[in-house]
Amino acid sequence: MTFWILAPVMVVAALGLLFVRKAVHAALLLAIVMISLAVLYAVLEAPFLFAVQIIVYTGAILMLFLFVMMLVGVDASDSVVETIKGQRLLATLGGLALGVLLVLALTQGALGAAVGLEDANDGGNVQAIANILFSRWVFAFEVTSALLITAALGAMVLAHRERIAPRETQADMAARRLRDYAERGTHVGPLPPPGVFARTNAVDTAALLPDGTPAEASISRVLAARGSVRAVPAEDVEQVRRQIGDPAARPEGGGKSGATASTESDRNLDRVEDDRGEGRP
Amino acid sequence: MTNFFTQTSGHAVPVVDPGPADGVFSLLWLVVALPLLGALVILVGGPLTRGLTSRWAHLLGCVLPIGSFVLSLAMFVSLLDREESERQVGQHLFTWFEAGSLEVGMDLLYDPLSALFLLLITGVGSLIHVYSVGYMAHDERRPRFFGFLNLFVAAMLMLVLSANYLGLFLGWEGVGLASYLLIGFWQHKHSAAAAAKKAFVINRVGDVGMSLAIALLFVTFGTTDFTGISAASSEATEGTLTALGLLLLLAACGKSAQVPLQAWLLDAMEGPTPVSALIHAATMVTAGVYLIVRSNFIFELAPAAQTGVVVVAVVTLLWGAILGCAKDDIKKALAGSTMSQIGYMMLGAGLGVAGYAFAIFHLLTHGFFKANMFLGAGSVMHAMDDDVDMRHYGGLNKMLPVTFLTFAMGYLAIIGFPGFSGFWSKDKIIETALADSWVVGGLAMLGAGITGFYMTRLMLMTFFTSRRWEEGVDPHESPKVMTIPLVVLAALSVLGGVMLLGDWIVEFLAPVTGVAEHHEPPLPAIVITLLVVLVVAVGVALAWFLVGKQEVPREAPQDVSFATRAARADLYGDAINDALVVEPGRALVSGLVTMDRHGVDGVVEGGSAGVGGLAGVFRKVQNGFVRSYALSLLAGVLLVLLTLMAVNFA
Amino acid sequence: MTEYIVLSAILFTIGSVGVLVRRNAIVVFMCIELMLNACNLSLVAFARQHGNLDGQIAAFFVMVVAAAEVVVGLAIIMTIFRTRRSASVDDASLLKY
Repeated sequence: MTFWILAPVMVVAALGLLFVRKAVHAALLLAIVMISLAVLYAVLEAPFLFAVQIIVYTGAILMLFLFVMMLVGVDASDSVVETIKGQRLLATLGGLALGVLLVLALTQGALGAAVGLEDANDGGNVQAIANILFSRWVFAFEVTSALLITAALGAMVLAHRERIAPRETQADMAARRLRDYAERGTHVGPLPPPGVFARTNAVDTAALLPDGTPAEASISRVLAARGSVRAVPAEDVEQVRRQIGDPAARPEGGGKSGATASTESDRNLDRVEDDRGEGRP
Repeated sequence: MTNFFTQTSGHAVPVVDPGPADGVFSLLWLVVALPLLGALVILVGGPLTRGLTSRWAHLLGCVLPIGSFVLSLAMFVSLLDREESERQVGQHLFTWFEAGSLEVGMDLLYDPLSALFLLLITGVGSLIHVYSVGYMAHDERRPRFFGFLNLFVAAMLMLVLSANYLGLFLGWEGVGLASYLLIGFWQHKHSAAAAAKKAFVINRVGDVGMSLAIALLFVTFGTTDFTGISAASSEATEGTLTALGLLLLLAACGKSAQVPLQAWLLDAMEGPTPVSALIHAATMVTAGVYLIVRSNFIFELAPAAQTGVVVVAVVTLLWGAILGCAKDDIKKALAGSTMSQIGYMMLGAGLGVAGYAFAIFHLLTHGFFKANMFLGAGSVMHAMDDDVDMRHYGGLNKMLPVTFLTFAMGYLAIIGFPGFSGFWSKDKIIETALADSWVVGGLAMLGAGITGFYMTRLMLMTFFTSRRWEEGVDPHESPKVMTIPLVVLAALSVLGGVMLLGDWIVEFLAPVTGVAEHHEPPLPAIVITLLVVLVVAVGVALAWFLVGKQEVPREAPQDVSFATRAARADLYGDAINDALVVEPGRALVSGLVTMDRHGVDGVVEGGSAGVGGLAGVFRKVQNGFVRSYALSLLAGVLLVLLTLMAVNFA
Repeated sequence: MTEYIVLSAILFTIGSVGVLVRRNAIVVFMCIELMLNACNLSLVAFARQHGNLDGQIAAFFVMVVAAAEVVVGLAIIMTIFRTRRSASVDDASLLKY
């Protein structure tokens, strides 16, 4: 009964693996298949494997998948266009042929009644497996341990990145900043924080410069790229200007000089922005 | 004497039966070793000591052949002391090599035939060495020249002393090498280098015959010793013997410049004149005659091969004589004469037992008078600043009295003036030929007449008629070191006939060549002699009227008869070689090249191009996409599954 | 027991088709895991069929090897992603004709 409930679920989940576009969804579908398998193992009188399937497979290996997926990029999804000519058609035909052949072949012979594992599991499944594993299969078991160590080492070697330049210290960075300032007049200080002088003190709202114009450099580049930057309402700016007694409130005179000042400082801030862009690839 | 002969089919086939070498004969090896030592010291020691030997190399080069000559003379004298039946001496030096049943020893054989050759080679060779001291005095490579000459003498002595065909072949190749080195001695001259190469290549054709003959001898008789073969020769089939005879004839043709391998001899005159005298007149070119006389136990049993020898000989004696009539180069005219005279010797050798002794007799007298005349020609060239064109000579009899007189002795000897050596030897050969066949004898007589013509022409153009010298030439007599050998050789040219006194040479050579049954010549001997003299007189008179009585033009006239043009072109010998051998060879090679380029290369390159093209198609499978590879993996799985099911359910 | 084996075959087939059609290296990897799990199911089912624990032992070893394989495989994917900024198996196709 359990089988007939789980089997369609598993097949559907597995088929989903072929069609979902996001890798995360695929991983979740695979988790469904694996947990269902664990249940089937339990039904098939393999409680030890039931536990291992859930702990090792679903718990460790699948989590490793998700972990790598996060590193690689969650939203990396397949494009729909097939690059190799005829690959999809041939793969479908080949898969169908393989499935039909396998099913045909397997259903040809009658298996007869199952012997069952009552005798074998006498005294506990885990104990029985341990008996066999550490007697008859002990050599294979030891070899597996060597394999695992090798795999761990291999993963470390592959993931290791060799440092080819000496580590840049804080003193070095300070020296570089000042040198840039001396040579190109780059802004020395930290970038302006967002939301300063803004009505809404939030990261998606640009800070206002003394002349009331928004400072683009105060906003994270990611937010700017997404286009989710909130504009500063004009009346708020006007109000702020009035509060600080800004000459720009009066239409003539000082407004001009303020505008010049703002463009000047904007330019500097832009440079800082550029430097950051270069510094962080 | 009966113990020397095996009677077969009416011919006497002599058996070589050497006794042990004792007394003075135990020094036989020294005859070869002395000049070889000279060659080694001069050719190897000279470069090793950076030319320390160059001051006395020519003296060493003269002394060692003279030493060989003294030894030869001593041995000859003690040979004469011996009983006729004990005049064959063998000396085993060491085993050269052995392989299976083939064992070849470094064996020497000293018998009357090699005794005469030894005297000729070392005697004339020594005289020419002495002459060369003067002739090559101004050549800075004179030591090397003497080294080569000594090498030649050693090889030639090895050739005539060896007791088996392989040792003979060693000497045969040695003289070929020395001839090549000496023809091309002035290798800076392109013509000399080309002539040396030509001589070498044409000689190789003959050497193929020689090596095949040796192989066939070994297969037939299991040995290459003269002793073994002469004892067993009657057991071989006549077909084998004829093949052997023809192969040996081919070898002799190459070495002795007989038609059809004659083309190299005239070009070989590019070498220094002493070389022409020693190698290309007196000794090496007569090696073919020696080979045939030495192989008499084969030729006696192969009448067809003997006929071949006669045909080659007659053609060559006329061919050489005709060449001699048209050449203006004094050395080439003499070379044509040499070719013709060797033709006479071959004729004698081809006539069988009756002619062997006369062939050797003519060989010896020819060695004397032709060496004499070549050295005389060298003396003339020496006087005329190395000009060889007879059209630039004339009236030299007063300027070069010694050369003229000695040359005249040689001249009288070669045309067969009664009493001179050539008269006796040539007359005997013509007599024997007439006894054999009217046609052969008649042609030989005709050759004698042509000899009279061209030698008189040469004589007249050089020493008589008007002076046609080049500007600034001041003829002067050569130094004593050159004229003394001339005088000695001239004396020998005159007196060489004494060997025939009482048929001495025939009886002396009998242990080697056998004894001829007496044939009555078709005419009385005195009539034949008179006829020959008459024919020669006609030739001389013709030359006198055509050359002596007329003005000799300085430039060779171009509007001449076809016969003259043909003779000037060596009777188209080179053209025939080109047409028969060189051009077909070239065509064959270019055909093979074409086949190789288009056929073989086509298959190979087409195959590789096909494989490459196919690979170019198949490599598309390797598109770099892992998923494509996985698809082919799936296809493989399906294949395996299908096969399994097919096997299970079949 | 046949139904378990058939289910295992179906899951295996789906996994193999997934390997062929998906391009995200991580998803391809998941499909491989699916195939391994399908094999494990049949092993466990056969263990019960024959009353023999060796099948379960084999499944256990498959899990261990799969763990090792995942560790190395994911590390490779990480490394490729670091240099190529892509997790698509089609992008790593330089090794070709």
